[in-house]
Amino acid sequence: MKFAVCVFPGSNCDYDTYYVIRDLLGQEVSFVDYTTKDLKGFDCVVIPGGFSFGDYLRAGVLASKTPLGKAIVDFAQKGGLVLGICNGFQILTELKLLPGALLKNENMRFVCKDVYLRVENNRIAFTKRFERGEVIRMPIAHGEGRYYLPEEELRKIEENGQVVLRYCDEDGNITPQANPNGSVNNIAGVCNKEGNVFGLMPHPERACEDILGYRDGIILWHSLLA
Amino acid sequence: MRVRVLILPKKGLLDPEGRAVKEMLLDEGFPVKDVKVGKVVELELERETDIKTMVEKYLINPLVEEYIVE
Repeated sequence: MKFAVCVFPGSNCDYDTYYVIRDLLGQEVSFVDYTTKDLKGFDCVVIPGGFSFGDYLRAGVLASKTPLGKAIVDFAQKGGLVLGICNGFQILTELKLLPGALLKNENMRFVCKDVYLRVENNRIAFTKRFERGEVIRMPIAHGEGRYYLPEEELRKIEENGQVVLRYCDEDGNITPQANPNGSVNNIAGVCNKEGNVFGLMPHPERACEDILGYRDGIILWHSLLA
Repeated sequence: MRVRVLILPKKGLLDPEGRAVKEMLLDEGFPVKDVKVGKVVELELERETDIKTMVEKYLINPLVEEYIVE
């Protein structure tokens, strides 16, 4: 598989992501910078975490207006796989490739810790190596991760199975205490209707090796190859 | 031509920043009922333009924000 890792001014998880794809997955990978107009030839485009354009105006909005932002829309509309992690998730909502918006955490703090997640949908390319209902652990690190969608649209994405990951406790219970940022319905990751675009706040690229304390993230990457 | 766009969190949406400021002001004894914290974008324009499109498509996210143009 041929991967692209997007680089905007202010992206800061680009090298971690590149490393995981090249060294741990053994796949072909290239950086594509924000002036890139065409993503032809790639199978999967990854938008990594960071603070693209300093999060000015709103997290992700300035990145969404770049040539690369437009190329990502084109790539996704043709059925290409697009994964947005953290700031990448924010960019995907600003591009309208994913529903909703990511707002300031309810407690107004930047939250950097490990969370448990329940896999709600394992039918998409990004999660098919997980079991449905499986509880996994990954780190989060964000100040604006409170997923929001008005009630009616929220019901629609729940019905469509577009909620892929939810914050939960160690046993998989969806509780307010397990919700680190105030997201509606404890939502941590959503996909589009077609399932080829997926965004999540947790960082799977930081949870791929025993030396880091956990490997649940690598299963997501392996799902893409399955 | 100078245009000032005030951007605020949409009504009914949780605004933790506004809530924190409100609690502080209440603690200080001010009779505050509600506080919203937003941002101001001040634009100097060369000529007339479609301000509505500019604001709604580029400056705000209509899902979560509302605005006032001055």
